[in-house]
Amino acid sequence: MAIKGLEIRDISATRYAALGISKVPRMTKLIDLSTCIGCKACEVACMEWNDLPVDETYRATGGYQTIPDLAHNFWNLIKFNEVDNGNGLLWTMAKHQCMHCENPGCLRACPAPGAIVQYTNGIVDFVQENCIGCQFCVTGCPFNVPRISPKNQKVYKCTLCSDRVAAGLEPACIKACPTGCLQFGTKEQLLEYGRHRVRELRSRGFKDAAIYDPPGVMGTHVIYVVPYGNHPEVYGLPADPRIPALVSLWKGPLKTIGSTIMLGGVTAALLHYLTYGPMEVKPDTDVKKQR
Amino acid sequence: MAMGGNPAENHPCGFKWVIEAKKKRGAKLVCIDPRFNRTAAVADHFVQIRAGTDIAFLGGLINYILSNGLYHEEYVRLFTNATFLVKSDFSFGNGLFSGYNPASGTYDKSTWQYQQDGSGHALQDPSLRDTDCVFQHLKKHFSRYTSAVVSEITGASVEDFERAAGIICSTGRPEKAGTIMYALGWTHHSFAVQIIRAAAILQLLLGNIGRPGGGVNALRGHSNIQGGTDHGVAFDKLPGYLKSPTADQQDLKHYLMENTPKPLSPTSMNYWSNYPAFFISLMKTMYGNHATLENDFAYHYLPKADRNYSWVYLFDDMYQGKLEGMLTFGMNPVANGPNSNKMISALSKLKWLVVADCFETETAQFWRAPGIDPGEVDTEVFLLPAGIFAEKDGSFTNSARWAQWKWKALDPPGDAKADQEMLARIFLKVRELYQEGAGAFPEPILHLSWPYSRPQDPPLEEIAKEINGHAVADVIDGKGEVVAKVGEQLSTFAHLKDDGSTSCGNWLYCGSFTEKGNMMARRGRSDPSGLGMYHEWAWNWPLNRRILYNRASCDADGRPWDPTRVSIMWDGTRWVGDTPDYKADSPPGAGLGAFIMLPEGVGKIFAADFVEGPLPEHYEPVESPIKNPLHPEVSSNPLVKRFVSDKDGYANPEDFPIVCTTYRLTEHFHFWTKHITVNSLLQPEFFVEIPYELAKQKGIKDQDLVRVTSARGSVEGKALVTKRIKPMRVGGREVWQIGIPIHWGFAGRVKGPLANLLTPTAVDPNSFTPEYKGFLVRLEKV
Repeated sequence: MAIKGLEIRDISATRYAALGISKVPRMTKLIDLSTCIGCKACEVACMEWNDLPVDETYRATGGYQTIPDLAHNFWNLIKFNEVDNGNGLLWTMAKHQCMHCENPGCLRACPAPGAIVQYTNGIVDFVQENCIGCQFCVTGCPFNVPRISPKNQKVYKCTLCSDRVAAGLEPACIKACPTGCLQFGTKEQLLEYGRHRVRELRSRGFKDAAIYDPPGVMGTHVIYVVPYGNHPEVYGLPADPRIPALVSLWKGPLKTIGSTIMLGGVTAALLHYLTYGPMEVKPDTDVKKQR
Repeated sequence: MAMGGNPAENHPCGFKWVIEAKKKRGAKLVCIDPRFNRTAAVADHFVQIRAGTDIAFLGGLINYILSNGLYHEEYVRLFTNATFLVKSDFSFGNGLFSGYNPASGTYDKSTWQYQQDGSGHALQDPSLRDTDCVFQHLKKHFSRYTSAVVSEITGASVEDFERAAGIICSTGRPEKAGTIMYALGWTHHSFAVQIIRAAAILQLLLGNIGRPGGGVNALRGHSNIQGGTDHGVAFDKLPGYLKSPTADQQDLKHYLMENTPKPLSPTSMNYWSNYPAFFISLMKTMYGNHATLENDFAYHYLPKADRNYSWVYLFDDMYQGKLEGMLTFGMNPVANGPNSNKMISALSKLKWLVVADCFETETAQFWRAPGIDPGEVDTEVFLLPAGIFAEKDGSFTNSARWAQWKWKALDPPGDAKADQEMLARIFLKVRELYQEGAGAFPEPILHLSWPYSRPQDPPLEEIAKEINGHAVADVIDGKGEVVAKVGEQLSTFAHLKDDGSTSCGNWLYCGSFTEKGNMMARRGRSDPSGLGMYHEWAWNWPLNRRILYNRASCDADGRPWDPTRVSIMWDGTRWVGDTPDYKADSPPGAGLGAFIMLPEGVGKIFAADFVEGPLPEHYEPVESPIKNPLHPEVSSNPLVKRFVSDKDGYANPEDFPIVCTTYRLTEHFHFWTKHITVNSLLQPEFFVEIPYELAKQKGIKDQDLVRVTSARGSVEGKALVTKRIKPMRVGGREVWQIGIPIHWGFAGRVKGPLANLLTPTAVDPNSFTPEYKGFLVRLEKV
């Protein structure tokens, strides 16, 4: 029996029966970009809780950000950015990690049964033992999050500390955040809190402050309060993320068409067999030589 | 207002309260700094200033308040010395106050005193109109700090300055409160103490001292540096801010007379009049039965300082070959002292050096510093492995004076020992040598009280009890009642006596470990105040008063200035709320002064306590790109101590045109965490922050290797080209600033140059802290 909240709601490349009737709160992380001070406590907490091996080859790349990008062994990154937006200088610090989409592109794209799951509490998790290393999830993710490990060819990303959450704890990054920039709760709670923050920011003159909860993926379980809501790209957030057309096509109409074609092929073969009988192989065909 | 500190960067956990004030109260945050830093990133307004021009900026704010009538008038009249009359021959002109002696380079302070009546009380003018009164002196002195002058000196634009002034000075309204957070950005200057004085004047004018949400807050850089300061780790202090005896104080009577102030106002409580009780109780703790009335409580056992023995002075002595050996605990002077090359040379002149640390620091391996031939160094070095904070119990005292007990998490590994055990073993061995008759003056060592259950490793709980103090004999109060029986732990410093009947290791901590137990270990979570005071969580000095001078949070009638934020208030019979920093039953009508520790009874706008003047004045750093626009002939602090040796060079702006400042990063703790994997990963490399425009001019690209050279030394590191430092116009010309984080060295998991290879050995004449910020350098691409 699955732990409460970790019952599987959706699963890659598998038909799965709908779950029972109990309603599970959809857990969400809120990142208030107006109060992030770029202290990297979340990065450290993530590294320590998940026991991620430290890659010694990282070095400064300019600015205060010393780790260039998310990695298979680095799931939580604050991106620093100096921006002159006309109102003076901005020094943005924005935490990036898996967004835990309501409609996860990775899961849609994944051909490996059971490699990607979405739990009833909203967390999207990778199950590495089922991963085949095809990286379709990388293509499927509109936020460019999954990273493949060069060591075992499996894909990794933030789990939203599904283990902690299942035990009633907040994710490690949220526990470590000193300013309250990171909050954890149900989606409803945090949307309400986010709206309150947006009102406060607007009263301070950030007239475009907004919540970032992109509808293109049916919303996310990591939402942001963005002071310059009209320019989320300033913080490294895509303005209108959507599951890539290829994945939607492949798993939508193409899947049906593909299945139809495949079914047609099988039917045709059967008809051919019934009509013409089995193909006879001549004994002098040198199969070995062809290899 | 965050100025002289970068709390988001260096005090991120405390900074949560700034964020909370912004979220819940709509507080505005103004950040003033040489760089657009992490605090600036979340501030409502940022002003860039040239490093070392803080007094000009603060002086501008004071002038802005006075010329726009924004001060809290009733507060100023009630709670400051604005009304006091200064001697008529006091004057200021051309960068110097009256009484300057050019031959000695010091001040005769006699003209800085108050006009006094026959009983020694200062004369006052409640109308504030007398030209001799402090208020008029203040107005005159700061009238020179116009917005234009502020801009010319600091490099900030007039608009930026005035916008900041508008926000900060709006807190002079009684219902508003404003706070100042500062740190080493103020203390690392050759006029550091006067910067903080300027902040105190600003807050007194705005009525922001003694109130919830007010204050001038020193954000301390270590978890327990406040505790260290409280317990007298400086050469000139004894525990509880008592003074170390000086050479001219050869007997107890003379010492006590000079350190026990007389009231300067009839309404002054003058609490330091209890100095003898505090001091003699300390002597009882140190010498027990050997401190008696007959032997002046062993006063003659104490060393009498004949000069300055602060550590920069000691290293200069060491460099001149005057020291034989050194023990260093919890300090890494090669890395954190100014002019590292001189530090390293000084250590190589010692016969022996003992370093107690949990890492092999730069100091422990100074003989392996780049450019040093270990064969040339004769110093014998002992590295004693020390346990870290989590490997011992004890208390941490935070920036708000809260002493919080902590518990040991694990034993020190291997042969490592806690500091107290190392100190105790050294002491016991020294005592043994004296017992064998080796020493010239054995009594101060042989008679030292050492009553611990484990003499080789004194339990910190026993030391905490000793610091709190106990009754040596029954303690009887003024009404003849026994308030503490012999042997009992004391509950308040009000019970301390100057007759030897009480023992107390630090009067400020009296009440921290009482008959009720260890108050510092309390973890009560109730907060009836609603202001986050949590009086049952741990314990703070003095007597669990969360806000010092909280009488000033109320008007003349004892009503809080802001009824929504009540610290204390008069309920008709007594003061209620926070522990009153006041006589609890003294009615408002009696007019007892709110600043009970000061002889004036009120806060000092004008203060003769410091060596270079009773009012702050802008002086240029020792190395400055310009002459002081206010008085070019007296450009820098006339009382600054500049050390002179063949290793102490000073730059001129022609050869070293760029202003350089040093600072710390969130990712590291001083020179410590470069030994630790995760911190090293997050900030692996030394870098130099260079303004985008300057980099362009010099053909430097981000990540290029650059060299920074001062008159003392040079460092190389990668350029971090940024728009967060802007070009400035100062004194009519273009001036550039660059910045250098300090955290690297030649020891540790990641290595880099020591930032202090560049810094000068010039110190503030009051605090003796070196000018690590705002010196001159040259910059070139390697």
